[in-house]
Amino acid sequence: MAALSRCLLDAGCFGQPYARNESKSHRSPLALPPLSSPSWQSPLRAFAWGMSSVASTVLTLVLFATYLGIGALAHDSHFSLGWALGSTLLVWAGPAQIILISTLGSGATAVQAAIAVTVSAIRLFPMVVSVLPLMKTPKTKRRHLLLATHFIAVTLWVECYRLLPQVPRERRIAFTHGLGCGLVTVCMVATTLGYGLAANLPQLFAAAILLLTPLAFLLSTARNCRQISDVLALVLGLAMFPLVSMLHTGVDILISCVTAGTIAYGVHWWRERERA
Amino acid sequence: MSEFFGSPHALLILVLAGFLPNEIWRMAGLWFGSGVDEGSEVLVWVRAVATAILAGVIAQILVQPPGALASVPDWLRYGAVAAGFAAFILTRRSIFTGVVCGEIVMLVGKWWLG
Repeated sequence: MAALSRCLLDAGCFGQPYARNESKSHRSPLALPPLSSPSWQSPLRAFAWGMSSVASTVLTLVLFATYLGIGALAHDSHFSLGWALGSTLLVWAGPAQIILISTLGSGATAVQAAIAVTVSAIRLFPMVVSVLPLMKTPKTKRRHLLLATHFIAVTLWVECYRLLPQVPRERRIAFTHGLGCGLVTVCMVATTLGYGLAANLPQLFAAAILLLTPLAFLLSTARNCRQISDVLALVLGLAMFPLVSMLHTGVDILISCVTAGTIAYGVHWWRERERA
Repeated sequence: MSEFFGSPHALLILVLAGFLPNEIWRMAGLWFGSGVDEGSEVLVWVRAVATAILAGVIAQILVQPPGALASVPDWLRYGAVAAGFAAFILTRRSIFTGVVCGEIVMLVGKWWLG
């Protein structure tokens, strides 16, 4: 029924200025209604559209794979299922969860883990800064953005850039809440599955699930590289960790990555200066 | 129920070392965000360090593999990831193809080793 009424709405909008926009959004399997559609009038409908948009992106699959891996990792590092689910809900940042689980699992102290996670989470700051202006209206208060801010991580950030221009501004927060809830739900399911699978599957498949994490992370990070500094940071970060880990400092990741990132930034700075 | 959640101590660490460190940066973005220029040099550095940290985590999982992944020989782990990356480049950056290809190389290699 909903699909039928959407077809009617779409048909009614052909020949209008939105038609072009509409044909563009047809690339995804789930097209959003045009900006002028009355179905945007209800915030609840906007929430539902956000939630169902989860099915329109291949990134959901990557996220699913990553959280299968996180569930399996949590199991193999002897954390409880409730702990793993709690980390997905509260931390809601794949890399931070993996750092937390692997540093605590390898016997580091809580303080060492907290420092490593804090440094890794710095990247959320520019994401929040760049995406929130898309959701704001002149009437928006900070507290209205609290939950949407919690949901911001790399997948939501990418999807907001893709989808929010197709959503009327005053419904964007509701839409983002729907998108966030949908993604969290998918990841909670994946965490549970990964945890259960690691416990019950033959070793070969458990290893395959654990390999998903580095693969999915490496490739999605590589795809997000925009500047020479990003590429260098990725390559140097990979190369320096094995060297620094021989020092056995307990904060190997921190040392190797701040160094690698700073060298990458230095090269960027130097190139900019050459160009100027 | 206590079996499901594990020790309260572990949950406390989850909040202090996992939840708060992430939420601080998100909330900082919400509170001070309007004053930061998106193209500023500080953010270029922040992004570079954050990318390097992801790379470091990837390297850590590959070099010091957890759990069942440790049963896969070193050269096969590195080879599988390299094959996945090659497939990703060849298919014009398809994450899905890259992940599937890397997994297949690992599974076939492990099966071949017996």
